[in-house]
Amino acid sequence: MLRYVLGRLLGAIPTLFLIVTISFFLIRIAPGGPFDLERPLEAKVMENLNKIYHLNEPLWNQYLLYLQSVARLDFGPSFYFRDFTINELFAESLPISIQLGLSALCLALIVGGILGVSAALRQNKPADYSIMAAATLGVTIPNFVVAPILTLLLGVWLGWLPVGGWNGGAFVNRVLPVVTLALPQIAVVARLTRGSMIEALRSNHVRTARAYGLTSYMIVVVHALRGAILPVVSYLGPAAAALLTGSVVIETIFGIPGIGRYFVQGALNRDYTLVMGTVVVVACFVILFNLLVDLLYALLDPRVRYD
Amino acid sequence: MFKSMRVTALAAALMAATSFTAVAEVVYHRGNTADPETLDQHKTSTTYEAHILRDLYEGLVAYGADGKIIPGVASEWEVSDDGKTYTFTLRDDAKWSNGDPVVAGDFVYSLQRIMNPETGAKYANVLYPILNAEKVNKGEAKPEDLGVKALDDHTLEISLESPTPYFIDLLGHQTGLPVHPASVEKFGSDFVKAENIVTNGPFTLAEFVPNAHVKAVKNPYFHDADQVKIDTVFFYPTEDRGAALRRFQAGELDTNNDAPTEQVAFMRENLGDQFHVAPYLGTYYYALNHEDEVLKNPDVRQALSMAIDREFLADEIWGSTMVAGYSFVPPGIGNYGEPAYADYKDMSQIDREEKAIELLTKAGYGPDNPVELTINYNTSENHKNTAVAVADMWKPLGVNVKLINTDTKTHYAMLRDRQDFDVARAGWIGDYSDPQNFLFMVESDNDGFNYARYNNPEYDALMDEAAVTVDLEKRADILKQAEEIFMRDLPFIPMMYYGSMNLVSDKVAGFEDNLLNIHPSRWMSISE
Repeated sequence: MLRYVLGRLLGAIPTLFLIVTISFFLIRIAPGGPFDLERPLEAKVMENLNKIYHLNEPLWNQYLLYLQSVARLDFGPSFYFRDFTINELFAESLPISIQLGLSALCLALIVGGILGVSAALRQNKPADYSIMAAATLGVTIPNFVVAPILTLLLGVWLGWLPVGGWNGGAFVNRVLPVVTLALPQIAVVARLTRGSMIEALRSNHVRTARAYGLTSYMIVVVHALRGAILPVVSYLGPAAAALLTGSVVIETIFGIPGIGRYFVQGALNRDYTLVMGTVVVVACFVILFNLLVDLLYALLDPRVRYD
Repeated sequence: MFKSMRVTALAAALMAATSFTAVAEVVYHRGNTADPETLDQHKTSTTYEAHILRDLYEGLVAYGADGKIIPGVASEWEVSDDGKTYTFTLRDDAKWSNGDPVVAGDFVYSLQRIMNPETGAKYANVLYPILNAEKVNKGEAKPEDLGVKALDDHTLEISLESPTPYFIDLLGHQTGLPVHPASVEKFGSDFVKAENIVTNGPFTLAEFVPNAHVKAVKNPYFHDADQVKIDTVFFYPTEDRGAALRRFQAGELDTNNDAPTEQVAFMRENLGDQFHVAPYLGTYYYALNHEDEVLKNPDVRQALSMAIDREFLADEIWGSTMVAGYSFVPPGIGNYGEPAYADYKDMSQIDREEKAIELLTKAGYGPDNPVELTINYNTSENHKNTAVAVADMWKPLGVNVKLINTDTKTHYAMLRDRQDFDVARAGWIGDYSDPQNFLFMVESDNDGFNYARYNNPEYDALMDEAAVTVDLEKRADILKQAEEIFMRDLPFIPMMYYGSMNLVSDKVAGFEDNLLNIHPSRWMSISE
């Protein structure tokens, strides 16, 4: 088991290396540079800025320099937020995005799971149809529509919750962003759970369990759900990686200082180090969560073993 | 640490002794476009950075609530007869937030620092009128050669290259704000961190959390601190203007310096007086490439300009948050009279269109031989709507337009690198209230801004003449002649004058609309 995990983690290094290489050169193809403004700079000033940030050196040299510093886990200075290094920016914002993402993920799992199971148990009955209709709605309405509607309703008109801001992470400031983040995930989890649950309820081992006369709680939660949750788990791997690394839309609308916005801000401002930093972080999360999913599989499905 | 606690305790005791009722802390929640790139005044370039920096620092001159220049650290100044030497007398009670006095040497240090090319100051060229500034900034002279001298701690002398009647206005720009030399020497570029920063303005920095807020608290050492009614200012980056409007409606923001243009009707109806629209010192224009085969012809340029229904653009597309513009220099600017308006300003749109068709026919174009043009613009819903409308207005003349849309960086990189284009959108907000700040853009040696590649020796000569003219009225005449040539040759087609939009809560007092859209927090107060 440990050998397997170590092997997977070592295998991630070339993947990361490839990702860093490709994105390093891709962002450089975009026209314009970090110091292009409406008002162009004096040549001498530009020269000095380029020197400070090593932009005057040949590209492959910059690439080697960047690889060196990434290997030391130093993502370099930000070109746009000039008072901060990328590490400082991430140290502040990543925990916030992780907290929001995790809360949304838990909410989605619990609510989505319960809805999915209830729908499966009442297959083709009104409850099933209404849950699935709501789920379809949840998947199709994008969060840049949901977020303003929720803030208008609960923030502006009713005045129950703040419309925006992080406020040091106060509970009331988290409610709307977490709910908005979770809604589409709830919908997906509910649909997946329903589908696999229906299948599981018809499987041989569940029929056997029924024949033994077990309580319906034992049948549904212990025997059926264990198998039914597998597709949900494999969906949650990449979904968790995406949720925990922040959402541009949610963070912009709610004014939250998370990491998701840096991706877009970095790209638009040609903040090369910021873009690279976010790419590396997202890549790490994806790799990590895929590994986690595989390990969870082994835990849930007795047929999967990594010895 | 212990000492500072003792001081705090003492201050608290004093406060309790002198006031009978406890006064609640006054907090001002201020929406402000975007996060500052940096709080190092010498490295900034944008207006939203200026809003924060003007609260943290005070320059030789400062701004009143009405956006007019008032004495700042300098209580008074004298100008020599040739207009080239300014002598400033600094006030005795100006202090840094650590209690140090503000002295003339601080300004010498600061101005040398911004001009030093090693600083990498993006906006240093605003201060080029100072003697040797350009040479220092280009690395051709040493920082010590800069024409700034401290005669004593309270007297500062600044020499200029040539008489510059708007020099005092220039000093109001954020590039003229001083840094605390000892902190810069000690902490290097980290002097801007909240734990290190020392400022001399009405407020001082408490916190900067990117994408969350900049928090500034009252500076007790500020010479006018008694009159500052706000204890804490939070600047929030409000990039999403729709979200900012909702936060304003919910009372989470006291003011915001922008508003969603697509919701103007809603705001007029629902916010009433809280939605402010005021003239702003800026012009929205289309640059025409004078090296282009077709656009070389002055008749074609005039025809294109005439056919644009500016009232429609300003009122319908921009919801009257812009004003139809027939000159490049916006009206109301300082050191100038009426701008040189296009002669078709008062003609009806139908007559103008007829005249435009006539001009194009004369130039050999028409529906049978259409003019093919591209309009480049940077991504924005309203820039797109404007370009589509303009293309539609040009269609009857026999002009076929293709639209090219790129992100802002790409757009300006394209203009800077002088790539091939026909018509390109741009806008200019004045840094200071003087026509020179607009007309200098198309001088033939202005590589950066002369997107049109306009080259007219007559125009350059007038601009040079204005630069050495001390008499303000004579200078205004010369500049107006230059603008008349501008409107004849049309390097740019001016289309609209910008308007500023502000959301200002009824709770806020002391917020005055003004042409520069400058609103220092020190003049405002918030009632509960």
